[in-house]
Amino acid sequence: MSLLKIFDVAGSGMAAQSTRLNTTASNLANADTLSGSADTAYRAKEPLFSAAMKQSRGTQSDPESASGGVNILGVTESQAPIDSRYEPGNPLADADGKVYSSNVNPIDELVNMISASRSYQNNVEVMNTAKQLMLKTLDLGK
Amino acid sequence: MNIKSDALLGNHAQALQIWQQRAELLSSNLANADTPDYLARDVDFRKALSDATGQGNGDGPLSMAATQSGHIGGNNASSAGSDAVAYRVPIQPSMDGNTVDTQVEQAQFAANAVHYQASLAFITSSIHTMKTAITGTSS
Repeated sequence: MSLLKIFDVAGSGMAAQSTRLNTTASNLANADTLSGSADTAYRAKEPLFSAAMKQSRGTQSDPESASGGVNILGVTESQAPIDSRYEPGNPLADADGKVYSSNVNPIDELVNMISASRSYQNNVEVMNTAKQLMLKTLDLGK
Repeated sequence: MNIKSDALLGNHAQALQIWQQRAELLSSNLANADTPDYLARDVDFRKALSDATGQGNGDGPLSMAATQSGHIGGNNASSAGSDAVAYRVPIQPSMDGNTVDTQVEQAQFAANAVHYQASLAFITSSIHTMKTAITGTSS
């Protein structure tokens, strides 16, 4: 029954998008975090998505393997340069009087947030439609 | 699930199965709307249905006649074979290699859901017809 599989597919999409929302929330919350060195400064986190499906089209004997959900390969850290600024009065400042801020770009994060939110809603709609179709199928013949 | 077409349900049972598989593919497209390098796919409904009903298999109007013993018959796919699955031609490909156009997929998914319900309605009315014939009263 492939309608049941839609729940898995849409569910994996929702999980992926909520991971993305999670990293966005973390990035925005830490946008103004300061640190004493470039190594420990907060770096923007980004989830890495990949399609969870068999190579290309699936086999003739099992056409249902052709479709699949989303895998989260992992969460990577942005390699954008870390900003440093001279702030000798800050208790976190290093020997040179510098503090290091995060490399989060709030504009990118807000765009990511909107995109993740819309994609999540799409998956919810797909799941709702699949549920309605299944319920109608159960009523078949009545 | 494999229901052969018969006199009662026609090919609506097969159509239902193909709409179902198409819904699955489209949901996969929508779920992977943000996956880099994901290629959107869709089912060629005409091909899938003719495969499923066996019309492309020797007795349909568009099939080739096997006049020699060495001729190879069409593939005997009983469900929407993966032959009918093809990649969508992107209207606006994005830089990350993803070819999912969310609006197109949403529209196709909605249309697919309506088609599915239409097939369900046809099957239901066939069942009602049969019930009426059996009981003699309209149920």
